[in-house]
Amino acid sequence: MTAPQTTPDTAPAIELKGISKAFGPVQANKDISIRVMPGTIHGIIGENGAGKSTLMSILYGFYKADRGEIFIGGTKTEIPDSQAAISAGIGMVFQHFKLVENFTVLENIVLGAEDSGLLRPSLARARRELKALAEEYELNVDPDAIIEDIGVGMQQRVEILKALYRQADILILDEPTGVLTPAEADHLFRILENLRREGKTIILITHKLREIMEITDTVSVMRRGEMTATVKTAETSPAELAELMVGRKVLLRVNKEPATPGAVILDVKDLHVTDAKGVHRVKGVSFEVRAGEVLGIAGVAGNGQSELLEVLGGYETATGTVTMNGTPIDLTGTKSDGQSRRRRGIAHVPEDRQAEGLIMDYSAWENTAFGYHHDDKYRSGLFMNNAAILSDTTDKMQRFDVRPPDPKLAAKNFSGGNQQKIVLAREIERNPDLLLIGQPTRGVDIGAIEFIHEQIIALRDQGKAILLVSVELEEIMALSDRIAVMFDGRIMGTRDPSQTDERELGLLMAGITDTDHDHSVEEIEDNLAKAGH
Amino acid sequence: MDAMPKWAEVVLVPLISLLLAAILSALVILAIGESPWEALKLMVDGALGSTYGWGYTLYYATNFIFTGLAVAIAFHARMFNIGGEGQAVLGGLGVALVCLFIPFPHWSLALIASACGAALFGAAWAFIPAILQAKRGSHIVITTIMFNFIAAALLNYLLVGALKPAGSMEPATGRFPETTHLPSFQDMFSFGEATLFRGAPANISFFVALAACVALWALIWRTRLGYELRAFGHSESAARYAGISPTKIIVISMLISGGLAGMMAINNVQGEAERLVLNAVEGAGFIGIAVALMGRSHPFGVLLAALLFGFLYQGGAELALWTSIPRELIVVIQALVILFTGALDNMVRMPLENLFLMRRRPPGPDRKSTSAEGAR
Repeated sequence: MTAPQTTPDTAPAIELKGISKAFGPVQANKDISIRVMPGTIHGIIGENGAGKSTLMSILYGFYKADRGEIFIGGTKTEIPDSQAAISAGIGMVFQHFKLVENFTVLENIVLGAEDSGLLRPSLARARRELKALAEEYELNVDPDAIIEDIGVGMQQRVEILKALYRQADILILDEPTGVLTPAEADHLFRILENLRREGKTIILITHKLREIMEITDTVSVMRRGEMTATVKTAETSPAELAELMVGRKVLLRVNKEPATPGAVILDVKDLHVTDAKGVHRVKGVSFEVRAGEVLGIAGVAGNGQSELLEVLGGYETATGTVTMNGTPIDLTGTKSDGQSRRRRGIAHVPEDRQAEGLIMDYSAWENTAFGYHHDDKYRSGLFMNNAAILSDTTDKMQRFDVRPPDPKLAAKNFSGGNQQKIVLAREIERNPDLLLIGQPTRGVDIGAIEFIHEQIIALRDQGKAILLVSVELEEIMALSDRIAVMFDGRIMGTRDPSQTDERELGLLMAGITDTDHDHSVEEIEDNLAKAGH
Repeated sequence: MDAMPKWAEVVLVPLISLLLAAILSALVILAIGESPWEALKLMVDGALGSTYGWGYTLYYATNFIFTGLAVAIAFHARMFNIGGEGQAVLGGLGVALVCLFIPFPHWSLALIASACGAALFGAAWAFIPAILQAKRGSHIVITTIMFNFIAAALLNYLLVGALKPAGSMEPATGRFPETTHLPSFQDMFSFGEATLFRGAPANISFFVALAACVALWALIWRTRLGYELRAFGHSESAARYAGISPTKIIVISMLISGGLAGMMAINNVQGEAERLVLNAVEGAGFIGIAVALMGRSHPFGVLLAALLFGFLYQGGAELALWTSIPRELIVVIQALVILFTGALDNMVRMPLENLFLMRRRPPGPDRKSTSAEGAR
């Protein structure tokens, strides 16, 4: 890590002074000021909803700040739209790429920056410049490849190239590693270091402490729309940053005893899932989950984990055999609905709580009965027993510390962490034999992560079987008693968390089972691309 | 966090929309060269000034309550049932068959039987588009629209054929027997000398419509079926997660919807015409869409909106009768009401929300932070 090469008299690449932005009653940014020196990597860290994305959207001209000034390279600059941001030398790599899927790499790079009405000269110029850029920054991509045929890591590089082609000196990356395997993330960081060496300024938005510590020179912490601190990375620690993010001390480790696995609760044999488009998503998966253990399923998003959960949760059909407590489950879809799964003792915290786990317009109490609304305690004849559900919700909200503890508030008005607690309370408190849990802490504040992890471990210690699916490797490592890695619809291997590391799991996630020696990034990418990533 | 207090949401927004529609209508009437004030007085007088006027207003309102409720219940399941017209036509057929071919000793039994017949025929007409949507993904808007035409053609065929009394020159059924005639408001509310609602078509089905409002309210907000139905309407993916069958909800919501639209026939066919004629529905099925939009798909909102449209219908008829304002202008006024209350709702809502926010902001800290406080 190099120290920022700045002298006191150089102007900051970007300086924000007193930026404020409100959306209706929500103050997304409150009086934010930062200075980012040229040739540095500046991290912005904060929980979901802390206001990071809003701040960057202001910088990129998507929103107009209510108050405050922006200085680029020392001169005051107005950024009314993204064209102005681009001409000011700002490039943005979004979390969700903005690429035309059926265009080539070259066409995507030129799109919106054509020299004239004729395409051919622009493409020729782009091809030359692309070659130069590729050599300069280790940004190798095939200019004639079609976007949908190349891997996610490669697509991200196209986004970076797009920005560089438009002469960006300042590069903003929003949660860039969310979709990458660990090896791909490492490669991205090498590219960023190259860019820094060439004098580019980089702003890295993330919620992962590890990335901040690994690559940034300085880091700003945001909490609830305010900039709580800006520190030199070398002079801080993950624990301190976490505390600044949450506003109190947090435990970054999960305390748990070794598991004492009992009888097999869920037994999956040769499971195949084909989705509505006819794509073969799960290709013969077999595993078992025992009472009193957490089986973690690791993998890059989109390798069949979601479909696996949907089948077990009862809203996707499959072939193969699944037995629950020794009796087979119907996977054909005729009886394979969520209701019968729940009666069999399977609880499910879905990956996407906003689209599946909750009805966002329903109040907390209505959501507490969701999926269990036919239970005797929640019904009276054809009618719902609203009073019983309400009092039950009040209890659950208290036990799971949901804030605000108002059962009549609509789900959409709770923060991500509290929404997840509502789902978790509903599923756990029904005392299931098996808990399916997908992305338990996605979009959840650090403070609530700790609580949710404790609940999962507590359930395990009560002798329940838990199937955990997460794309966060750290979370898998922290919670699981066994780790199965999924790639391209198959399980590549099962490991004991105490006898493996991120490198080995990372290779398995890229479909490489020969984990004894090193593999190049290119090899990993080839593999991923073959599997359609 | 709701930006506006509930009363503003429920009362103020529709009221302002209505006012805007009224102002624009006034301008149009001015342009024709008539006095808007006189026109308004005529409308109010004609629709609400006498029990006769009320009798018409409530008769129209009864039609609109049924068709409005039909659209509203489907809306809750995110089904856009545009086929209220056709379902009401079929409901009329159901009523006619029951009244013509079953001998009843008393009107009360006839009412029960014909209400069931109307609902059954309306629901059956909605069932086909529903099952096509649920099983084959055929879009409900397209299929229900097409079914309106099929229903009209079917009725035409029956009224010039099988259902036409021998020797009659008119495409209509014969008159229903005396025992199936429903008591009109005139029969019900005339005491001694005073005869109220003389000659007006409003009849006992208005009270059936009121009962339907209450029943539907309970169904939507109190039963497990209503809970599943609304859940499906909000989020199909979440409904699937919870084990709620999309097929079941689509079919049931459309059956209820079609049944309600069909039940309109006890008012216009059994209560008023006392026989089945061509075009008995007179567009009430489509007005139901506007009524449901304006009533925010809430049964009591539908009731109020239906009363308003009943007033516009009757007042408009009076206007055409007594002034040089053409009948078509009434359609313009109704369209403006629909435009402002339905389509342009946000135009009123957004500034109003901002107004409430501005009033609220200075004293307290911003409200969102209390809910974002979140993770303990």
